[in-house]
Amino acid sequence: MATQNTKTLARLMMAPAVIVLLVWMVVPLAMTLWYSFQNYNLLTPQNVSFAGFFNYVYFYTDPAFFESIWNTLVLVLGVLLITVIGGIAIALLIDQPIFGQGIVRILVISPFFVMPPVAALIWKNMIMHPGYGVLADVARFFGAQPVDWFAQYPLFSIIIIVAWQWLPFATLILLTALQSLDSEQKEAAEMDGANAFNRFIYLTLPHLSRAITVVILIQTIFLLGIYAEILVTTNGGPGYASTNLTFLIYRTARLGYDVGGGAAGGIIAVVLANIVAIFLMRAVGKNLDR
Amino acid sequence: MGSITLKQVSKTFGEAKVIPSIDLEINDGEFVVFVGPSGCGKSTLLRLIAGLEDVSGGQILIDGKDVTRNAPAERGLAMVFQSYALYPHMSVRNNIAFPLKMAKLDKAAIDKKVEDAARVLNLTDYLERRPSQLSGGQRQRVAIGRAIVREPSAFLFDEPLSNLDAALRGTMRLEISELHNTLKTTMIYVTHDQVEAMTMADKIVVLNRGNIEQVGSPLDLYRSPRNLFVAGFIGSPRMNFVKGENARSHGAHTIGVRPEHIDLSTSAGAWRGTVGVAEHLGSDTFLHVNADGIGTLTARVGGDLPVRHGDQVYLTPQEGRIHRFDDKGLAIK
Amino acid sequence: MARTVTRGSKIGWTIAAWVVALLIFFPILYAFITSLKTEPEAIAGFSLIPSGTFENYVTVQTQRDYFKPFMNSVVLSIGSTILALLFAIPAAWSMAFSPTKRTKDILMWMLSTKMMPAVAVLIPIFILFRNFGLLDTRIGLTVMLTLINLPIVVWMLYTYFREIPGEILEAARMDGASLWKEIVYVLTPMAVPGIASTLLLNIILAWNEAFWTIQLTTTNAAPLTAFIASFSSPQGLFWAKLSAASTMAIAPILILGWFSQKQLVRGLTFGAVK
Repeated sequence: MATQNTKTLARLMMAPAVIVLLVWMVVPLAMTLWYSFQNYNLLTPQNVSFAGFFNYVYFYTDPAFFESIWNTLVLVLGVLLITVIGGIAIALLIDQPIFGQGIVRILVISPFFVMPPVAALIWKNMIMHPGYGVLADVARFFGAQPVDWFAQYPLFSIIIIVAWQWLPFATLILLTALQSLDSEQKEAAEMDGANAFNRFIYLTLPHLSRAITVVILIQTIFLLGIYAEILVTTNGGPGYASTNLTFLIYRTARLGYDVGGGAAGGIIAVVLANIVAIFLMRAVGKNLDR
Repeated sequence: MGSITLKQVSKTFGEAKVIPSIDLEINDGEFVVFVGPSGCGKSTLLRLIAGLEDVSGGQILIDGKDVTRNAPAERGLAMVFQSYALYPHMSVRNNIAFPLKMAKLDKAAIDKKVEDAARVLNLTDYLERRPSQLSGGQRQRVAIGRAIVREPSAFLFDEPLSNLDAALRGTMRLEISELHNTLKTTMIYVTHDQVEAMTMADKIVVLNRGNIEQVGSPLDLYRSPRNLFVAGFIGSPRMNFVKGENARSHGAHTIGVRPEHIDLSTSAGAWRGTVGVAEHLGSDTFLHVNADGIGTLTARVGGDLPVRHGDQVYLTPQEGRIHRFDDKGLAIK
Repeated sequence: MARTVTRGSKIGWTIAAWVVALLIFFPILYAFITSLKTEPEAIAGFSLIPSGTFENYVTVQTQRDYFKPFMNSVVLSIGSTILALLFAIPAAWSMAFSPTKRTKDILMWMLSTKMMPAVAVLIPIFILFRNFGLLDTRIGLTVMLTLINLPIVVWMLYTYFREIPGEILEAARMDGASLWKEIVYVLTPMAVPGIASTLLLNIILAWNEAFWTIQLTTTNAAPLTAFIASFSSPQGLFWAKLSAASTMAIAPILILGWFSQKQLVRGLTFGAVK
C-alpha cells in the first residue's frame, strides 16, 4: 500500500488524466484571455490588433450586459427557490408510507433525463403555446384569455421549464438524505414530546442542510450555463428580456462574430463561476476528510 | 524455520515518529504477542514485518536473511487481517486457493491442500459458499485457511478477533492456540486485549508510543512488571496504585497492589474504607472501595461475599506482593 | 419506523403523492400521447386519447432521417464514456489506493475544471476545432464530451474504489499476487459494479449534453440534441412529428435513468450525498 514501488506506479497511472485535464483547462482559457485583449472579428480575420481593455469596456458598458447579469441572477435564484422548496416538499411526500412508492419515484425523477432541447420544445409547443398549449386549453375552459407565455413572461417561462428539469434532481438528493436519517433519532424526538412540525424543524431540516447546500451549489454551476432552453424557446428575446450571460456571450461571439468581445464576456463568466465554485469546493472538500 | 530479527527498526510518517527505534528477537516456533493501547505502533510494527510498509531505518531479518527491501510476497509470511480481507467475489475454495494459484501450483496439489486446510478448520461443507454467506467465526477460519495453505515461515495476525462477539472470541482464541501447537510455526499476534495476550503468548511484547516497554513471558510480566505502564496494563482488574505516605513507608514513590492481592476484613486492617460498588460475579466479587486518605481501591475477593454498598471494610495488601516504583516509574528490585 | 400506519392516512398520502407525480410527469406523457395523434388532432385541443397512429414515427425517419442523429448520439455517448473510463480508471485507482498528501488537492482541482463555464472557452474551442477540421465530426465531439465529463468519472470511480477495503489488496499482495494479477483477479471483479454505474451515468450525461453538441455540429455529426433543437422554428403542422421525435430521443435514456437513480445522486453530488 505505501511502499515506494506502488507510489511511483500510482503517479504514473494518474498522469494521463491529470495531463489531459490540465491541457484542457489551461490552453482554451489562456486563448480566451488572449483574445479578450484583441480586436478580432471573424468577418474580418485579417485585421487583428491589440485592443487593451476595450473589449471589457465595450462589454461592460453594453446595456445588454447588465440586463443579462440580472436575468442570470433571476434565473438561477428563481429555479433554486422552486426546486429546493418543491424538492423538500415532494421528498417528504414520497417518504411517507404510500402505495406504489417505486413508481411515484420513477415518475418524479423522469424529467431529469429529458434532454434540454426536448424539454424546452415540449413546454413551448405542447404546454405553453398560446394557441394550442394545454395551459391555453385550461384558460379557455375557465373562460379566460390564454396567456402568451414566451412573449409576455419570457424569463419566467424559462424559469418554469428549467425548474421542471431540475426539480427531480433536488427531490432525489433530498429524498436520499431524508432516508438516511436515523429512525431512532425520530423515535427519540417523539419520546421527548416533539410533534411532527417540531421534528421537521429541529431534526429533519438540520439533517437535510448539507444535502440542501449541495443541491444549491451544484445546480448553480449548471444553471449559470443554461443555454439550449433559451435557444429553442425565446432565442434570448424579446429584445434581451430572456438573455442570460451565457447566451449573451454566444450572441456576441457566434452571431456577432466578435471574438474579442465574446472572450471578454467569457472571462467575466469565469470570474462569476469561480465565486460559486469556491463555496462548492469547500462543501465537497469537507466530505473528503471523513 | 521462522526466526525474525528486528535491528533498530524505525518508522516515521511525515513528521510523526511512530516507531523511534526497535530491536527485537523472535525465535522460531514462538507465539509472540504485541500488545499495547491503540496508537502504540503495534500494527505498524506488524505491517513493517509483513512488508506492507517501508521501514524508515534499520533492518528486518528472517532466518538471518535481510528482507528489508523485499516485497511482501517474497518474505514467506502469511497474514490474517482484522477485517479478514476475504475476496468477496470468490468462493471459500478460491479464497483459500488464491495464494497457491499465485504461486502457480498445479490444480491437483491446490485441491489437496485446500481440502486439507478445510478439514482442519471445519470448513469442508462451506467450500463453495461466498464469504458473505458465512458467519463471523467462519470468515475468520477462511482467513486462517488462506494463511496456512502457504506454509509460511511465520503467521502474522492483526487484531484478528476484534470483530467477533465475546463468546466466539473465546473459542477462536483456543483454536488459534491449538493451531500453533499443531503447526509449531512462528506466530506474531497483535492485540490491544491483554487477556488475549496473557492466554495465548509464549512471549509478550508490551508497546507504548512506539517503544518496547517490556518483553517477557506472560507470568514474568505479571509477577515483575518493569515499570508503572506494564504494571497497569497487564492484569485485570487493573493494579491499584498508591502514592504518598503509604508508599514512602515501603521506601517507594508509588506502590502497586493487584486487586487479588488484597485481603479484606470487616474488623481490622491497614486501610479503612467504604464499599462503593460491589460487583458479584459468583466466582469472585470485585469491590470498589473508597479508602480513607487514598482514593478508590479495587479488591478481588473469592466467592460471593455478603458485602453491600455503604458497608465499612478494612483492606490489607499481602506482604511480598507489593510492587514498588521509584519517582521515574521504574520498578525497584 | 416499525409502526402501524392507519389505512386512511396511507390512502390520503398515496393520492397526494400520485397527483404530484403525475403532474410532474405530465409533459412527458402528453408528448408521448401527442406522438400517437395525427397532426390535426394534435392541435385540436386537449385530449388524452390519441387515434393511435404510428405514422409520425415513420415520417420522422423518412423525412428527417432520424436514424442518423440517433446513431450519432449512441456513438458519441458510448465512445466518450469509454474514452473517459480509460483515463479515469487508473487515475481513480491510484488516488483511492495510494493516496498522497496531494491527492485531495488533485481531486478538488479536477472538480474545479468542471466548474469552468463552457461558454468561456467557446471561442477558442470553436477556433481550434475549425483550424483542425474537427467541426461537425464525431471524433471532435467525442473528445469534447470526454473532457467535460472526465472529472465526474474520476470522482465517481474514486468514491467507489475507496469503498473497496485496502486490506483486501494488501492480502492479495501478501498472497503473492503481482500488481497485474492483483488488478485482474481482485480489484477488477470488486470494482465492476462501480464502473458499471459510472458508465451508465456518464452515458446519460453525454446523451443529454446540449451546449457543445449544438455549437460544434451542423449535420454530419449532429446528435439528437442538435437534431431536436433544429425543430425550434416551426414549419406548418409539426406538433405530432415533434412529439414522435422527442419521444424517441428521450425514451432510451429515460429507461437507463430509471435503473440508475442511486448512482445518479452519488455521481452528480461528487459523492457528497449517498
